[in-house]
Amino acid sequence: MAAYIGTPTSRIDGHAKVTGAAKYAAEFNAPGLAHASLVTSTITKGRIAKIDASEAMRVAGVIDVITHKNRPTMASRDKAYKDDVAAEGSPYRPLYDDEIKFNGQPVAVVVAADADIARFAASLVRVEYIEDPFVTDLLEQRDTAHEVERPSRPRGDAEAAFAAAEVRHEADYFIPTEYHNPMELFATTVTWEGDGKLTVYDKTQGVQNVQRYLVSVFGMKPDDLKVVSPYVGGAFGSGLRPQFQVALAVIAARALERSVRLVLTRPQMYGLSYRPATIEHLALGAKALGPLEAVMHEAIAQTSEYEDFNRNDVAWADQLYKCGNTRYSHKLAKLDVSTPSDMRAPGAASGVYALECAMDELAVALKMDPLQLRFVTYSDREQNADRPYSSKKLRECYRQGAAAFGWEKRNPEPRSMRDGSELVGWGMATGVWEALQMPLTVRIVMTANGHAEVSSATSDIGTGTYTIMAQVAADMLGLPIDNVSIKLGDSTLSESPVEGGSWLAASVANSIATTAEAIRKTLLGVTKTMPDSPLADAKPKDVMLADGKIVSKKDASRAIPIADVMRAGKLDRIDQKAAAPVKDDGKYARNTHSAVFVEVRVDEQIGVIRVTRVVSAAAAGRILNTKTAHSQLLGGVVWGIGMALHEETLTDHRFGRIMNANLGEYHMPVNADIYDINCFFVDEPDATINPMGIKGVGEIGIVGVAAAIANAVYHATGKRVRDLPITIDKLRRD
Amino acid sequence: MVRTIEATRPISESIPTPPKIKVSLKINGDLKQLQIAPWTSLLDLLRDTLDLTGTKKGCDHGQCGACTVLVDGRRVNSCLTLAVMKDGSEVTTIEGLMADGKLHALQQAFIDHDAFQCGYCTPGQICSAAGLLAEGKAHTAEEIRELMSGNICRCGAYPNIVAAIQQAMSAMGGNS
Ligand code: FES
Ligand code: FES
Repeated sequence: MAAYIGTPTSRIDGHAKVTGAAKYAAEFNAPGLAHASLVTSTITKGRIAKIDASEAMRVAGVIDVITHKNRPTMASRDKAYKDDVAAEGSPYRPLYDDEIKFNGQPVAVVVAADADIARFAASLVRVEYIEDPFVTDLLEQRDTAHEVERPSRPRGDAEAAFAAAEVRHEADYFIPTEYHNPMELFATTVTWEGDGKLTVYDKTQGVQNVQRYLVSVFGMKPDDLKVVSPYVGGAFGSGLRPQFQVALAVIAARALERSVRLVLTRPQMYGLSYRPATIEHLALGAKALGPLEAVMHEAIAQTSEYEDFNRNDVAWADQLYKCGNTRYSHKLAKLDVSTPSDMRAPGAASGVYALECAMDELAVALKMDPLQLRFVTYSDREQNADRPYSSKKLRECYRQGAAAFGWEKRNPEPRSMRDGSELVGWGMATGVWEALQMPLTVRIVMTANGHAEVSSATSDIGTGTYTIMAQVAADMLGLPIDNVSIKLGDSTLSESPVEGGSWLAASVANSIATTAEAIRKTLLGVTKTMPDSPLADAKPKDVMLADGKIVSKKDASRAIPIADVMRAGKLDRIDQKAAAPVKDDGKYARNTHSAVFVEVRVDEQIGVIRVTRVVSAAAAGRILNTKTAHSQLLGGVVWGIGMALHEETLTDHRFGRIMNANLGEYHMPVNADIYDINCFFVDEPDATINPMGIKGVGEIGIVGVAAAIANAVYHATGKRVRDLPITIDKLRRD
Repeated sequence: MVRTIEATRPISESIPTPPKIKVSLKINGDLKQLQIAPWTSLLDLLRDTLDLTGTKKGCDHGQCGACTVLVDGRRVNSCLTLAVMKDGSEVTTIEGLMADGKLHALQQAFIDHDAFQCGYCTPGQICSAAGLLAEGKAHTAEEIRELMSGNICRCGAYPNIVAAIQQAMSAMGGNS
């Protein structure tokens, strides 16, 4: 039955991607397409006093300059702007009024016959502002931060236990603002279909989310607007909420009653969302032999003035370590910036970084091997609700990861391992993420010629959705994979949530299985009407679809070709739509886990850090595609390397303006930064989590990597750098 | 409400845009006679005018490599190349790499090794790798990594990209 599931099947969209045939949002065309270019705010807070577009309007080829003064009507209530995954508060409304909430906010849209002209004319728009005082520095607002939630209830008396602990470690860690920087520029092409109908090609992780948002913001009929996004050039969370380019492109198309394309520039993308700068305060107390006595974790993250964005940064120790006394708190500091958003493993990437560095520092204080400390504190039950895990093969991750890395050869002394002019350091850390499933509907249309079309309004942001859908459908329907075609990224398809949080694989695969089951039942029903049917007394659970036949599980000789069944039932096609039930009775904790081992080499004289070896062992339930899942882990590790060593947004707080809003100065790993990375999955059967035992792999790869690197840098140099990224200058600081 | 303002704008007052210049380019084997504004980059010419959208724009500033194409056999960032400066040149884009309906060895190797995820950097990576192979400078994995570092992959497919290039190198009889 599993001809494809669990195999290294190559991406079914691979051919389109290597030939340039795959079309992304900015690559759709329409007759009379006009091009839009943005003018963005150069102040951080205040009001627009005046916009003078007269010079821009004089450029030959300019069609219009649209501002808050002459835009088409938009909804006036906050609620209309709340998308499916909006943060709490009052969403930013593109081009709505004269108020400036953040630097880089769009203030005018210049539309011209071609892109060069729009860009040139945008440079001629003069904007005068009335400026208000502002704050963009988290450190400055640290004390005004407000508590937003109790992520996890306190247990025991953490303060007292910490004070009484034999060994203590307490420190602040810092994660700077990071940007997703997908390689594709955020873009929207709106095609004017006449009668006010629009097709919106958008870069998004959720076509239906964007569709509902636009319909409500512009007061349109749902049938008059569809959102299409067959290929997405990376998103990593930045495409979960509708971003401003989509609203602005629709504004322009509706104002001019024609097709419009808007492509953001890379600097303009720094006005979108990001991983928020966060201070993580950790306090760990332990007995002399290791068991944890107290865990206190407080996060102070930045958010905007208008929305409270927060994720679980602080309660991850509950998923990992045994401890009776815990206290967690999450605070938000409001700044004059745009609202942060989910970025790969939101909350965990930051919070677990701090937790796992703190565990390493505790191990140093305990004079204990850090891996040994993980075994001593290991928990087989999730601590907060005191419940078992649906599965937790983290011990296996530690064991297999350590073996693959050669951890037992580590000399615990910092600065004790060297190779020529380089100090060598080995560090490790744990990763953890949630395993979620969301309601999602799949439609399968099976035709008598043995072909199936499988569809849902989900997306493939590079994660491999197309391919796993085809694999699961092929196996469930007993068809060769080439006979399965996949449709996604279209808001008119059946209901799907946004693609995020690593929940898509479990959601879509189980729903394919459910829908395939409905098809199987239909076919079985027809077999009962066939004369001398070998399946006359078979129940739905006794049969499966395999090799183009409906066949008894017990006796493979009792089978009928599907084509014959369909002919007998006079069916050209079977069309079924179903959603797998999403069950979570709260009895089990649902998580993925990983163990990450890292070798760094630090040039003793210059301080250049190279991550020369990474072993990442992950436990993530059933793996649908060993090739693409491996790539997900690998990508996560590369992100972790960027987080540890390169990525940081630098703001000039006197102006509230980002200074490195481009790919040259916002550093991300390039090929030469990446050496040996060995990622693998440990076997983790899970009969509880969902019928197919799937947990999802998009986020787990990054979690813990930055901590393992920071810990390795400490081991190499004896220097503990707690504020990311770990750059050469910080190794030199006293 | 169509709000075209042309009617209210006296032509004499308009700010002119630069006159177009005649250029001939051989693109993926096709000779094209084109009228191009001097400020148009080769990238925008390919994507916007010729609808060859396989070549990608990731920054427009020479910082990411997504726009890499081959001009007279050498890899260049097409966003930093003004189209008019390449009059008479031969340009090969990702759309021109297949021969006789068959994938180029690099294209096949990228699929085999899952050397991409979202696929957005991929045409640039493949064109860059084709240029790299022609240069003949890279022999080891380390040299490939170094010489492919002008092409960012945010999905982080780097090790798979190196493996794919090595596979193509040996398939094409080069050294790896
Ligand atoms: S688009 Fe040319 S280098 Fe980025
Ligand atoms: S494949 Fe997504 S950026 Fe390289």
